[in-house]
This record gives sequence, structure tokens and C-alpha cells, in this order.
Amino acid sequence: MTAPLRIGVLVFPGSNCDRDCHEAVTQVLGVEADFIWHKAATLPQVDAVIIPGGFSYGDYLRTGAIARFSPVMTAVTRFAEAGGLVLGICNGFQILLEAGLLPGAILRNRSLSFICKDIRVRMENTVTPFTSRCQAGQVLTFPIAHGEGNYYADQATLAGLKTRNQVVFRYCTQDGRVTPEANPNGSLDNIAGIVNEAGNVLGMMPHPERCADALLGNEDGRLILLSLLDAAKSRKPVMAS
Amino acid sequence: MKAKVSITLKRGILDPQGQAVLHALSSLGYTGVKDVRVGKLIELELASNDRAGAETEVKAMCERLLANTIIEEYRIELVE
Repeated sequence: MTAPLRIGVLVFPGSNCDRDCHEAVTQVLGVEADFIWHKAATLPQVDAVIIPGGFSYGDYLRTGAIARFSPVMTAVTRFAEAGGLVLGICNGFQILLEAGLLPGAILRNRSLSFICKDIRVRMENTVTPFTSRCQAGQVLTFPIAHGEGNYYADQATLAGLKTRNQVVFRYCTQDGRVTPEANPNGSLDNIAGIVNEAGNVLGMMPHPERCADALLGNEDGRLILLSLLDAAKSRKPVMAS
Repeated sequence: MKAKVSITLKRGILDPQGQAVLHALSSLGYTGVKDVRVGKLIELELASNDRAGAETEVKAMCERLLANTIIEEYRIELVE
């Protein structure tokens, strides 16, 4: 018999979506989850890691710049290198970029404003462990809440992302057109989320955990979390180290 | 010895803060300003007085933590 799935949710000083992620996984999807404090030098036995949103270390210096040196990130890097599934949401995405687990960087929103609203994204890659339940070209509605979500990469990096199909979501209009008007924060090429080359690390600015329960009026986020659980079930566990 | 590290966004990367300041200056009548870049200044109080050593070490600090060289450039000034 295989052990039940367990999802690890990291907690940094200043994380504020850790409980939402934990709740979405345990209460909505019925899977076990552990909070993992950022001081942990090793991960418990988990099938996937979620790096939640928030303002780790008060966003001092740059978003994610200090959190990436927390001991737990060394463990997460080993986990990711061994093929473990890692989902970074909002500040979690920023931390993954600073840690070099994903290419590129995040700039302040072009408008200089903190933006908290529902946006649309188009599914650009449905063959990742995080999007297998979505349809190619499908338009999903997700909430965003960030002051720094303006994704940037140099031309060579962007070309590589496109060639390897690493762009997973692009901001779009309701009918799925990727236009400058549909881009809330100035992100390069309307990018809202990317995966690493191996495909096991996803970073995204929108918040799937905030729209996983019908009670909240939108369940599009379930597609991401359920895809992650499907992938976690079918994978060989990465041993804790 | 003190090290002053100034960090700005790289040339070619849009600096919306700089643009906002540029527009504010121009609306105050300072029309001679062609461009504005807003950055940050980090002052480090160093224990050592060895210039060459300090230069190398502060550069390493910039590369590892203080700046993100994908989007930012930095300048180090050592002050006795």
C-alpha cells in the first residue's frame, strides 16, 4: 500500500498565504499537508512543496531576495534537483526566481500600484505536472494581488523559454487574446507563470489557492492543484534529504 | 572604512519610478531633465581598512545578495 499524499507548505516570516494554501489542500482537496518553517534544514517526506505568497522578510532589498537564503531553500533546491514538484505562488514565484530555480527576475508593476483583482490567463502549456487538467488555450480566471509582478528576462532567456515551451500562462482578455491591455503589470510577453526546463518547478503570480472552493465563487484554481496532486500520485517519491 | 553601494536598474529596463519623477520634474518646469533613474543606496560600515580586500568582498556581496544582476547594475565607492 502506498502512503497517502503529503504536501509541504513553506512558511517564512511574512508569508501570508500559507494558511490559504494549507486550507485549499487539506479542506478542499482532502490531502494531508505540513507547514514547514523556513529554518528547517531538511524537508519532511512530502510529495510536493508549495511556496506560498506573502511578503517574506517584508520584501526588503528585493522581493524574495532574503528568503532565498533561508535554510529551507537549500533543501527545496535539492528536492527540485531530484525531480520533486515545487509550486511557487506570487511571493513564492519571486523566491524561486531569486533562488535561480527559475530564470528571469521580477520588477515593480509598470503602474507602480499594488494590484488586487481578478484577471484572465490563457493556458499555454498543458503538459506540465501543474496543468494536466487544463485544456490548451483555455481561459482561466485567477485573482492576483501584488505590487511586483512584472516579469522580466533578457531576450536570449525569453527566446529559450519560448523554444522549450516553458511559458505556462499568459495574461489575456476574456476571449483569450493576449494583448497589451490585458497585461496588468507590464510583464514581458504577458507572462504570468513559467516552468523550469525539467518541468517540475512552476512559478506563477496568480493565486490558485484563493479560487479552489465553490464557496469563494471561483474554482479555476482547483485545476492547478488537482493537476499537481495527480502528478504527485503518479511519481516516485523524492526521498527527504 | 565605509562602502557605498549604489544600485539602479540596468539601462534598457524601464524604470517606472524614474519616469514618474521625470514627469513630476517636468511639470514643475524643469524641462531640461532628459532622463531619471531611481535606485537605492546601501552603506556598509566595514571592519577592515584593506581597500583591495574590501573591494573584492563588497563585489561578492553585490553579486550574491545586494543586487540582482539580471535587472540591476551596481557601483561601489569606498570611503576612508
